[in-house]
Parts: sequence; structure tokens; C-alpha cells
Amino acid sequence: MTGEKTEFKWVGTRAIRPDGHDKVTGRAKFGSDFALPGMLQGRVLRSPHAHARIRSIDTSAAEALPGVKGVITSADFADQSSELAAAGEALVNYRDMVRNVMAREKALYDGHAVAAVAATSAEIAEAALELISVDYEVLDHVIDVDLAMEPGAPILDEELEPAGMEASGPTNIAKRVDFDLGDVEEGFAKAEVVLERSYTTAAVHQGYIEPHAAVASVSEDGQAQIWCCTQGQFMVRAYTARLCGMETSQIRVTPSEIGGGFGGKTVVYLEPLATALSRKTGRPVKMIMSREEVFRASGPTSAGSMTYRIGATRDGVITAFEGTIRLEAGAFPGSPVQPACMCAVAPYDIKNVRLTGYDVVVNRPKVAAYRAPGAPISAFGAESIIDELAKELGFDPLQLRLKNAAKQGTKAAYGPTFRRIGFEETVEEAVASEHYSAPLGPNQGRGVASGFWFNIGGESAATVNITEDGTAVVVSGNPDIGGSRASLALMAAEELGIDYSKVRPIVGDTSSVGYNFLTGGSRVTFATGLAVVEAARDAVRQLCERAAKIWEVESDGVIWRDGHAVPASSNVGDFEPLSLADIAGQSPKTGGPICGHNAQNVQGAGPGFATHICDVEVDPETGRVTILRYTAVQDVGRAIHPSYVEGQIQGGAVQGIGWALNEEYIYNERGQLENPGFLDYRIPVASDLPMIETVVVEVPNDRHPYGVRGVGEVPIVPPMAAVANAIENATGVRMEHLPMSPPRLLAALDAARLPEAAE
Amino acid sequence: MQSVQFEAPGTVEQAVALLAGATGDARVLAGGTDLLVQLRSHLVDPALVVDIKHIEETRTLVRNADGSYTIGSAVAGAEAHENAQFVADWPGVMEAWDLIGSTQIQGRASLGGNLCNASPAADSVPAMIVAGMTANIAGPGGRRSVPVGEVPVAPGRTSLANGEFVVSFTLPARPAGGGDAYLRLIPRTEMDIAVVGCGVALVLDGGGTVTSARVSLGAVAPTVLLVEDAARAIIGTTLDDDALAALDAACQAACSPINDKRGTIVYRTQVAGVLARRAARIAAERAGSR
Amino acid sequence: MAKHHVTTTINGEPVEFLCSTRQTLLDVLRDELNLTGSKEGCASGDCGACSVVLDGRLVCSCLVLGAEAEGKTVETIEGMAQGDSLHPLQQNFLEDAALQCGICTPGFLVAAKALLERNPDPTETEVRYWLAGNLCRCTGYDKIIRAVMRTADEVRGEAS
Repeated sequence: MTGEKTEFKWVGTRAIRPDGHDKVTGRAKFGSDFALPGMLQGRVLRSPHAHARIRSIDTSAAEALPGVKGVITSADFADQSSELAAAGEALVNYRDMVRNVMAREKALYDGHAVAAVAATSAEIAEAALELISVDYEVLDHVIDVDLAMEPGAPILDEELEPAGMEASGPTNIAKRVDFDLGDVEEGFAKAEVVLERSYTTAAVHQGYIEPHAAVASVSEDGQAQIWCCTQGQFMVRAYTARLCGMETSQIRVTPSEIGGGFGGKTVVYLEPLATALSRKTGRPVKMIMSREEVFRASGPTSAGSMTYRIGATRDGVITAFEGTIRLEAGAFPGSPVQPACMCAVAPYDIKNVRLTGYDVVVNRPKVAAYRAPGAPISAFGAESIIDELAKELGFDPLQLRLKNAAKQGTKAAYGPTFRRIGFEETVEEAVASEHYSAPLGPNQGRGVASGFWFNIGGESAATVNITEDGTAVVVSGNPDIGGSRASLALMAAEELGIDYSKVRPIVGDTSSVGYNFLTGGSRVTFATGLAVVEAARDAVRQLCERAAKIWEVESDGVIWRDGHAVPASSNVGDFEPLSLADIAGQSPKTGGPICGHNAQNVQGAGPGFATHICDVEVDPETGRVTILRYTAVQDVGRAIHPSYVEGQIQGGAVQGIGWALNEEYIYNERGQLENPGFLDYRIPVASDLPMIETVVVEVPNDRHPYGVRGVGEVPIVPPMAAVANAIENATGVRMEHLPMSPPRLLAALDAARLPEAAE
Repeated sequence: MQSVQFEAPGTVEQAVALLAGATGDARVLAGGTDLLVQLRSHLVDPALVVDIKHIEETRTLVRNADGSYTIGSAVAGAEAHENAQFVADWPGVMEAWDLIGSTQIQGRASLGGNLCNASPAADSVPAMIVAGMTANIAGPGGRRSVPVGEVPVAPGRTSLANGEFVVSFTLPARPAGGGDAYLRLIPRTEMDIAVVGCGVALVLDGGGTVTSARVSLGAVAPTVLLVEDAARAIIGTTLDDDALAALDAACQAACSPINDKRGTIVYRTQVAGVLARRAARIAAERAGSR
Repeated sequence: MAKHHVTTTINGEPVEFLCSTRQTLLDVLRDELNLTGSKEGCASGDCGACSVVLDGRLVCSCLVLGAEAEGKTVETIEGMAQGDSLHPLQQNFLEDAALQCGICTPGFLVAAKALLERNPDPTETEVRYWLAGNLCRCTGYDKIIRAVMRTADEVRGEAS
């Protein structure tokens, strides 16, 4: 499919994004910027308990408060049967979902919704929450994944039946997954060096700056409209329809501009509540989460615990890898343990691999997808143990990676045999970089790590409407979270042969464009991009037919070149080229509107690989780590808009740095979240960081017309191990637990110093 | 949650009358960077908020004839930063004030608010204590002045009586051969609350010997500490390694911190000593450069 | 109790509004005046998305009471472009891809403008610390810092 073109007019340029002006002037409408006349304000009452049975809820006093128009609890939602539906890279269960949006029998985490109020003002709604009386029976709770797996741990769901394994009684283990390649025992038998290590990572939040927000309006005939910030308007429609007992076609969801998501907006929280409240009150209802609610009640990603064993021969061949990965799912099953297993050692050609994963429920908010879900967790351990192996073998850590690099034809432990991939190229670029050989000062160290994400395709539909004056409107259905409208418009302009400024891309609502799977999995520029390219080609085909009609020749006698219909050869006749505008202007006479369309379930996502280099300086007396320099190398297939490709890489790397150093959910002994705000949930600030240097490698994906691979997720996979490896290089101390915050690192440094002091 | 009366009096007397006459909880609004957060999260539920920023005395920073400063309790950090003489005279006080929050917070955050919020981790307080600052308080009984360290008495609680508020501060003239410094440990580079804070003010003689010193620690006890043993450890020394080790040990011995989301007992104690050594060196450099 | 009647100047225009004591300046801008360009990311002064300039000082509008705006001047993102021409910072944010999702962008622009008006020749470190109260989760800050530095260079170039 690739190789059709290597010279481009628009693809690969740094065009100004189509939604840019609205976003630099404050004009762009985000989730909470939308308002309707007569709108009520909705607020949610949340459980203060990590685990409690709900004996009863009395809402009568709240309902009696002047200004309160409606109160809902779980009684307003019909129960659902256990049934799985796709959500990002994970699957969700409607029985669980209806319980997550509104607690039923039990509150399962601090912040779990138990009731919601709609009132004429936010102040009245908040006052009403204080009047709702909930009779809780507080139960023992468990938050740590390893403790939750122990016999005798508090059980979240007595009826939970684990998948993929036998259970001898009530358990918090929801699922076991296994991946096997070759024969690990044989692999370890061949090994001359074997290392075994354990690692843990803390629960972290996506940390998007825009809190969740939704406005719902249900009319008397049962038609509903929802405006919300989401990564998938079709997902919101499907889930809300199911939870509110409505037909999908009766709900129209319009996505606002979205202020970050990173996977965290691939599920519903407020939308079903606002819809139910609107239906109950007959008024539009607006709901916005506070920052505290975002942290307490929307999905973080899993905390993880893993044990790895790696074996290699002295000449640097990794002969076996065995691992057990345990991930917290939060209150309901569905951690990303499967992708964690799939990605752990995917960059390497290891003949014998066994990975076992456990999905474990605990009393935290149900996890949501977060940028390459699971992979950063498993890779932290894998890339750390490989670093130790390199040291043990006397190998440069990049050379060891190169020696074992996966390449075209390598069979990955998770199943596929790789087509053309660019992992080796990322390592070679890192080796060749000026950064990798730059000198270091005292207390400074350098670390490297690699990462993998498989990327996804999925359902996409797009329309390219040719306007009367010869411009084009591209309608697709994926919320634009980081510049995808620009990349789609660039590809459409390239196909149509018209100026980029003449292509207007919009994100359609659920009733104005065909179904699109949500924005996630690094799929939009790849999969929806493919649908846009095909839709543009459909439009071009129609344009050529119209030209043939005008010229009165056979339609195969016309070809499209540089935005014009031209005769395919001199045999067809001698005609002046017809521009897109010429043809569009005559369209009423030649058959009517020209609308290119494409809808498909896109396959062939190209795996993405990255290799990062990180320099740190460690303050030996305080354990503070400063990131001195950072370089991220990544195979992107082809950079449609290089600036936004670089931006994805830089942003992912910095999220990973935050995960490595300071981000974590901190609970008190009652299981309440202690740091539900940006003050104590410490995401990186501008002064924490150097510039993030990027090296974009382009090994085209042969399943996409422009060679696109997914870009957005891979860059968050390597940073935690890159930072840990750099800290080890600077101090000789190996950090096996995230975050590597100053108190933890100083304790580790002191522990390492003790033997010296004793000598 | 009740409705809140809001007043913005133009004189100290009017403010005192409003505060003293309030029927419920009354809160003073200076920069508002703590109060508004507490209001929003329902940590406080006042009946009255008194904005003191229309009172001239709370809004001016002046250098007096004797070299001392009178600093209005509601002067914002960004305003103080523009007074070059003040920054040169008391760099430790200024850097502590500067560390309260972001540029945006600096546009509002005041010493009066930072002190009266009574957080043991307040950045400006150790620096104010070692500089020997006094708080000038107005109340129904008239005016009084107390050392700033006597205002906070416990986390979130002050010694101010009903109807009283801090109008201004007096900062002594910088002594000849004097220097001050404030350091804190935070996990990031900005935007965090101090895990440990340490202020040092000292005076050097011509030979570089410390003739007087004050050392204060934040976030290691329920209130900010003035550590006299730490001062004694360096007075009479040239801040040689032994003196700094003694300073470190005295600071660690003075700590009685807690484990919380920001740090551990062990960590805070250890880092208090580290910061004291570093702050003492900086203060001495500044003293020596005068 | 009765609401406060507040008279103020916003982006050069005289504006009157009513607010309760509990309403912040951000609440007033967004909910009463429909100036939704200032964003609420945290309501606690930790993210900077609501940055405005109040009587010449950069502040978080979530940490100012609406009632405090009496007699003051307020500058918001909506007042940054003049007529149909963008401020150089706005133009360079677009050209340098200094935004991804865009929710933090108004706050960064207001804050960066305040910086360059005080310090036309900031170092990278000065830019990073000035903007440390503006959180961005998408970009890793790199392109934002570059766009601000480039704007400073250009504006100085024009001035000299």
C-alpha cells in the first residue's frame, strides 16, 4: 500500500492547525463552556468510605430543599447483566459500569458516587448533598495489589469468578492471562547468567487539566442531546443508552473540544447521571467534576507489582524471560494486565518467554486507560532488569538491546510475527546521538530504556464533502485531542491536490457521521486517517467521472493530477485540465453533490518502538533528582505533521518522568485519598524539565497509504526505567519501586551507604 | 454553608469594628491564596469576610530612616520583589516570600496571610523569625507588637484575639556584617509545600567569625521552630566543618515531625540538618559580601 | 443576602455585574459574563488555567473574589488579540505547535504576555520558573518555552 508516493506537498509540513485560532483566543468551547437556557446544575454525593455496604439512602430532605429539582440514586438505573463491551484497549462490563457510575449494594472506593442532585444553582445543589443521609456499614478495605491477593483479604465482590483460573473460594483475582513462547525452562538451562528481581509501581492519574463535564437535555418525546468532553462520542452514546434504557438513535452526543484525556475520557461518569437527572426534571442539566472529584472518582491507571527472571549467555543473547505481573483493576475487573504482558519484552527477540498476568480488584477507583495502558508498568521492570543484565555481562546497555532487537520476522511472545519494524533504527540513532557520548559531572548519571506499543486500528468512518466553490469539508468522528484535525486535513489536501487552507476538517456528532471507535490506542491519524484518505479518493473518483461527463468521454479516460482532472492520455482528447472548483461548480448539472465516503474496520496498525536517553543529577544528601537532559528516539512510520508528532513524544516522555519521580496516589489508613489535587499529586512543572530532544525515525508502516504508525502512546513506555537506570548510573543504587521520590531515594542511598560506614 | 457578608473597610478602626462585631466566624482576606481555597473546599464557613487591602497601612512597604522596614501585612510578594533595596537588604526574607507558590500566587500572597494561616510549613515564617520581625497587631484593645513566632500557636491556630488582625510587620535594619538565607526541600522545583524549610540569619565579624545567629526550621514540628541550640553551634565559629556538623546535629535534635503525604519523620529530620548547613553557608556568603 | 454590585473594567470595557461573596472572579467571568476563555482546572491556584491580569498583576482568577474586582481592571485571554490580529505570542503558539489539547493555552498566553512585558529578554530558566504555575499535561512544555523565547527575540528585534 505504501510507496505510492514519497514526495509530498502537504504531508510532512508544519501547517497551522485548523482549530488553532479558537484555542489561542479563548473562543474554543471545552466541556464546561457549554450552557443552555433553563439549565440546572448537577452535583454528586460521593462515598467517604473505601468499602462500605449501603444499607439505605434517604433523599427526602434534599428533595424538599427549595431549588432542588431532582435527586437520583442507583434506584434510578436498571440493573444490568454481565456483558462485555469494548472501551479503548480494555473491555467493560455493563453490570460493573452501572455500579461504577452509581454505587448499588456497596460503595467500593473513596469517592464512589452514591447519589446526585440537580438544582437551580450549584450552591443549592451542594447544600442539598449535605441533606442526603446514607446509612453505611463500613467494611474492611484493601488497596495494595499484593495484599488483595493474599488469603483472608477483604473481598470486594463475593460473586466474582475469576477468568482463566480456578478459585477455591471468594477472591479478588478477576482474571489470569498467560503468554507462552518456546520453552522457558530450556532457555534458562542455556543461560549462563540469570537474574531475578521484583518491582512495584504506584497508581497514577492521567492528570488532564480539564475536569470531566457534561450537559444533557432530554425532551418530552425521549430524544436526548448530550454535550461533553470525551474521547469518544459514540462510546458515550452507547453506554448512556444502555445505562439509561434508551435507544441509541434517540441520543445525539456532540463532543466539545477536549482538554486532555490520555485514556481517562474513554469511559462515562457524568453523562448517564446528567441524562437521568434531565429526564427526571425535564430541564437541561450540567455537571462538572471538581479537581478533587477527578482524582477521587475518575480512573487512574493500575498500581503494579511484578517479578521477573531473565537468563542470558555471556555473549549477550537473552535466552529466556519469565514474569508474573499483578495489576490493580480498581473496584471492578479490567486492569490493563493483558497489554502489560504483551508489551513487557516485545522489543526483543527472545525465543523462550512465559508471562503470567493477574487482574486484581481493590478499593480504588476503577482504572481507566492511560496512554499505552499497562505497558509503562511492565516495561519499567523489564527495562530495569535488562539494564542490570547489561552491567552483569559487561555490555553497553544499548548494544545489548541491539544484539537482542526484534526485527522483521521476529515472533513476539504475544503472538504476531513482526512485519517491517523500526526498533533497531531507534537504538542505532540513540547510539549515534551526541547525547549518548556527552560527558557527565559528579553525581550525574545516564540511563537508557526502550519501549513498545502495538497500536490499534478499529472502526472509522469519514466523509469528504466537496463544496460548491471547490473547497472540502472533512467530517470524521474522533475527538481531536492533540492535533488530529491537522493531520487528517493534510492527508485530505494531499489526496485532493488542493491547498491545505481549502480543507476544513470537523469532528462530527454521533448523528452526522458514521460510527467511529473512540480516540485511543494511537489510532486516529492511522485508522481514521485511512478512512479520510479513502473518502478523499472516493471524492476524486467522482470528480473524474464528472469531468468525463463534461468532456463526454469514458470515465476511465480521466485521471486526477495536482488538483485537476486531466485526460489520461492524448488518445482521450485534448482538453484543458478542470480544477476541483470547475467541476464542483458544474456539479448540479453533472449529477448533484460530490461526497466522498468511507467506512471500515481498519486493520494493520504498525507497531511502534522507542528508545530514550535520560541524564540525571542526584543530590546525595536529599535524594532529589534533577532531569538534566532527555532525548527520545521513536519510529513513527511517517510524521504527517512533524510538530505534533514531536509534541506527542515530548508530552509522553514528561508524563513518564512524572510517573518515575513523584506521582502517586497516597491513601490514609481509612482508605481515603490524601492527595486529590495538583498541590500534592505532583505532575511535572515547567521548571522541573529541560527541553525534550526528539529524534523521529520513519520506517513506514506498509499497511497505511502514507506509512503512518501510531505515535501517542509509545513515548510514555521507556521513561520510568530510563530515569531509574540513570539514577543507578549516578549513584550505584537500583530503585525497584516507583515513584523514586526524594524520601524513598534518600532512604535507599542511606541503606547503600551503611555498609561503607561500618567498614 | 451559609451566605457570607463581604466588607472592604478603608481604615484599621473600621476593620477592627467589623471583626469584633461579627456574629459568626470572621475571616481576614489579604491575598486570599489560602482563604479562597479553604472557602471552596468548605474547610471554613465564615459569616464575614473582611478584605483589608483598602487600608493603606496594609498595602505599603517602606524603608524607615533607621534602615528598618515597615511591611504592610497585605503587600504581595511581587510588589516587594520590585523594591531593590529591600531585596538587597534581606535576601533571605525575600527568597522565602518568593517561594510561596507560583508567579500568579506571588501576585497576591502576603506575609500576613502566610503567617496567620498558621501552617508549620509556611515558607516565609522561618525567614521572618530569624530576621527578628515583629507583627504589628490592631484590635479592640488598641495596638500591640509581638515577635512573629508568637502568632501561630498550632496548625491553623493563632494567638490573635477576637477582633484582632495583623496590620503590618517591622523588620529591623540589617546589621552590619549580617546575612540571611532561606532554603526549603520540595520534590519538584516549584508549586509544592515545603517538606522542610530552614531560615538562617547571622552576623560575621571582619575575620569571618559568626558573632550572632538565629536558625529556624519549618515543617518539622506543629509550629515553626527557633532552634537556639543550632545558633549556639555556629556562634563563635567560622562555619568550619565541625561547626556545620554541630549545626546539623542540633537541628536534627530539635525536630519532632510527623509522617504524612509530604515526607517521613526520618526524611524531614535528616534534611533539616542538610538545609541548615547549606543555608548557613549562603547566609555567611551574603554577610561576607557586604 | 443581597448580591454585590461590582463595577470594573474588563479588557478595556466598563463592566458591571452582580455576584455573591462566594463567587470567585473566575466564576463571574465564566458564569455571569460568558468569558469562558479563562478555564477552571483546579479552583485552588495550582494549575494557572484561569490566569488573568488584575490591576497589572498576574493572578489566578480562581483565587480572587468577584467582589474584590470593584474598581479594578481585569485583562483576560479574550482581550489579547487586537481586532483581527493576533498577539505575537498567540501567532507563535500556533506556528510552533505550542498547544495540543488547548485547555491550558489561555492561561499560558496571559502569563507569558505578563512576563514579556516585564522582562523582554528572559533566559530559558526565567521563562520556566515564571510559567511554573501553569500546568500543561500534553506538551512537556518544550514547544511552549520555545514559542515564548522566540516571541521575546522577535519583539526585541522589532523594538531595536
